[in-house]
Amino acid sequence: MKMKILSYPYILWLVIFIVAPLFLVLLYAMTIYDGGSLKFTLGNMKRFLDPNYLDVLWISIKLALQTTVITLLLGYPIGMIIARERPSKRNTMILLFVIPMWMNFLLRTYAWLTLLGKNGIINSIVTLLGFEPLNLLYNDGAVLLGMVYNFLPFMVLPIYSVLAKIDKSLIEAAEDLGANRFQIFTKVILPLSVPGIITGITMVFMPAVSTFVISRLLGGGQYMLIGNLIEQQFLWVGDWHFGSAISIIMMIFILIAMAITSKFDVQKEGSSGLW
Amino acid sequence: MENNHIIDLKAISKEYDGTKVLDNISFYVRKNEFVTLLGPSGCGKTTTLRIIGGFEQPTEGRVIFEGEDITNLPPYKRQINTVFQKYALFPHMNVFENIAFGLHIKKLPKEEIKKRVKEMLKLVNLEGFEERSIQSLSGGQQQRVAIARALVNEPKVLLLDEPLGALDLKLRKEMQTELKNMQKRLGITFIYVTHDQEEALTMSDTIVVMDKGVIQQIGTPVDIYNEPKNSFVAKFIGESNIIDGIMREDYIVEFAGQVFNCIDKGFDKNEEIEVVIRPEDIVITEPEEGQLTGTITSVTFKGVHYEMISHDGHFDWKIHSTVAKPVGTEVGMRVSPENIHVMKKAMKR
Amino acid sequence: MVRNILKKLYIFLMILFLYAPIIVLIVYSFNDSRSRGTWKGFTLKWYAELFTNSEILSALYYTIAIAVLASIISTIVGTFAAIGIYGMHGYGKKVILNLNYLPVLNPDIVTAVSLMTLFKSLRLEFGFITLLLSHITFCIPYVILSVLPKLRQMNKHLPEAAMDLGATPFYALRKVVIPEIKPGIINGALIAFTLSIDDFVISFFNKGVGVTNLSITIYSMARRGINPVINALSALMFVSLLILLIIINKKDQKNFNPKKRGESI
Repeated sequence: MKMKILSYPYILWLVIFIVAPLFLVLLYAMTIYDGGSLKFTLGNMKRFLDPNYLDVLWISIKLALQTTVITLLLGYPIGMIIARERPSKRNTMILLFVIPMWMNFLLRTYAWLTLLGKNGIINSIVTLLGFEPLNLLYNDGAVLLGMVYNFLPFMVLPIYSVLAKIDKSLIEAAEDLGANRFQIFTKVILPLSVPGIITGITMVFMPAVSTFVISRLLGGGQYMLIGNLIEQQFLWVGDWHFGSAISIIMMIFILIAMAITSKFDVQKEGSSGLW
Repeated sequence: MENNHIIDLKAISKEYDGTKVLDNISFYVRKNEFVTLLGPSGCGKTTTLRIIGGFEQPTEGRVIFEGEDITNLPPYKRQINTVFQKYALFPHMNVFENIAFGLHIKKLPKEEIKKRVKEMLKLVNLEGFEERSIQSLSGGQQQRVAIARALVNEPKVLLLDEPLGALDLKLRKEMQTELKNMQKRLGITFIYVTHDQEEALTMSDTIVVMDKGVIQQIGTPVDIYNEPKNSFVAKFIGESNIIDGIMREDYIVEFAGQVFNCIDKGFDKNEEIEVVIRPEDIVITEPEEGQLTGTITSVTFKGVHYEMISHDGHFDWKIHSTVAKPVGTEVGMRVSPENIHVMKKAMKR
Repeated sequence: MVRNILKKLYIFLMILFLYAPIIVLIVYSFNDSRSRGTWKGFTLKWYAELFTNSEILSALYYTIAIAVLASIISTIVGTFAAIGIYGMHGYGKKVILNLNYLPVLNPDIVTAVSLMTLFKSLRLEFGFITLLLSHITFCIPYVILSVLPKLRQMNKHLPEAAMDLGATPFYALRKVVIPEIKPGIINGALIAFTLSIDDFVISFFNKGVGVTNLSITIYSMARRGINPVINALSALMFVSLLILLIIINKKDQKNFNPKKRGESI
């Protein structure tokens, strides 16, 4: 009946803690504090066009894209193998991929230091075999590894849940119509799992592009991603106007990326009739 | 109000976001009457029922219950109970708790509740089912629990929204008889919603035929079957042949190029009308003895009778008969005057 | 056959990849050396020290206090909000659902700095309150997203049936709707609790002097070398969560079958 009323407290909360703060960030991004008064400016945004900052953006995007592709390549087979198991076994197996997320992710990431360090476990094995110790930490590779490690379950879960829901009779129908294993995969399973892939991509790409923790821990103090840049502006430099401008730019960028992926999803679904 | 009316709907209209779903609905329900709202899906029958139950407010018009305006009374204050489509039993409660729900709210003593639930279970043939969970019941059993849950509150009016829709054919027939008997025995007014014309014809005292939010005809099952007011009702209730014709004068109608005697009067001279003839009212004769002649173009066995199509050169006549004629046979067709139903031509909507 | 072995090997390698750091952490929580990488023998001293280290104990206290409060408040507000949203129609519903998605879709760091600017503008002192408010803010959307599907699954006539039998709207809500969506509410509360316990980014920007949580403590320790006491603590937390999970799973399997069948009818 009049159930609407129940949501009013939350609507108030939404306005104060979600909508208003975003407008404040926008306000900060578009203004500058000049001699005691706020002035409207696009200067904060323009400042980001400096090659140094654009470079940071580029590296962030590149790393996030690499992470997404690698997690997709590693995660899709996992999802598919598990989805084909017996239901009782499935749940246990998928749980195995969820459980690690229950340990604090900073600690898990930190543990890689122990594995990858100069005197770490991997290098101990390498030296035992008679090779020179490798430089595994504080470079792009280490950060990429940390991201793949952290975000892999986010790719596996949505792909698995879509694959597990595919009606078995569809595959049998395809077999009945003479499709071989490869054709069944490309013409039936893959198109049907597109929604899961899309969800996986957004769930991996977004946090990957904005992270500042993984890069700080595994990339070392000097390693800069766009997340680190925002953190630096807010917490160390104290230039909230520039920090806000970067946040807004990143937000817009991510919204565009998401719009493109969801477009792709719709197109795929629309054209699936032609396959 | 001279009164055996228990419910009066007065000029009810309902709009959702500017779309009219009910347009000026008025009818009354007498005490102990079995009234059926019949129509295709989307005709507004369920909305009408929900307005009587109090789940929706009409945009215009009033609902009168025993002479009192209850239009704005919330459902929990009405002496009306409902059997919902798909039953809406509370899945987290067992059979006893479901049936006792209304009595608990009325704060009846525990012993009294137990006794009345037991009586109800006996009434619906589910003795000993108290502790069963809803999930463990079959569709038909759930149906009975839903009926018991509503009836235990001793409502003055019971609303039933397509209650048999989810059951298979055999069970449905059984429940139809059972419901009808229950209604007679308990003396409760039933308002029943269905899209199944056969169900409406077997169970009801009065049928309200609706289409597109408008009442098409109100009458007894016999009236509605025999004297449909327009082609919608004729098509919806039973199978029929509907053909354009001209009313030459009182008791004389012309259609299919022939003049027939009929029992209708009161039309303008030479008014264009529509004629309804039920398939079972057409008698097959030798070609020379028929008022019309045609050729049989198809024969289908329907269990009790054969359905045949006879083509007279312009029109395909649907005929029901226990005797089949082979395809290609020339036949004559006769209709007696009382089986020719003349209707006003439907307004173009 | 070969195919099957390859599949098993692949899954095994992936699981090894995911669990290697965790195993390392747990093993090193028994290591009698402060520095990572060198093994100096078995000890339980870090577990003993756990109960005397005030820095870690205080962080643990705040982590749990915030998680408990945030999950309770966000579950209550979120459940009512979900029921309210369920009862809405049209444009308003769409707007609210989309706004509700914002904290889910926005990168954590944007949510974090936006809340930080809000608290600064309101001149709130950064500390327990700001931490709690920000945690509630990012938890509620998840509660709503977990309760709403349960409401949609519910037979929409149930509350009407209750009112038809004489229940007031509030009574129908309490006795029929809430019990019916309880799994969604519990699930939402669990998600809120784990999100809150695990959160780093949003807490990092909205913490106050002397009020930090475990994630922040770990982060600040990471540079000067992590105190193995943290390893001990997380090993304990991990193992207890695991035990909890096994218990829930066992219980679930007992109740699972009749429940599931009911839903499919």
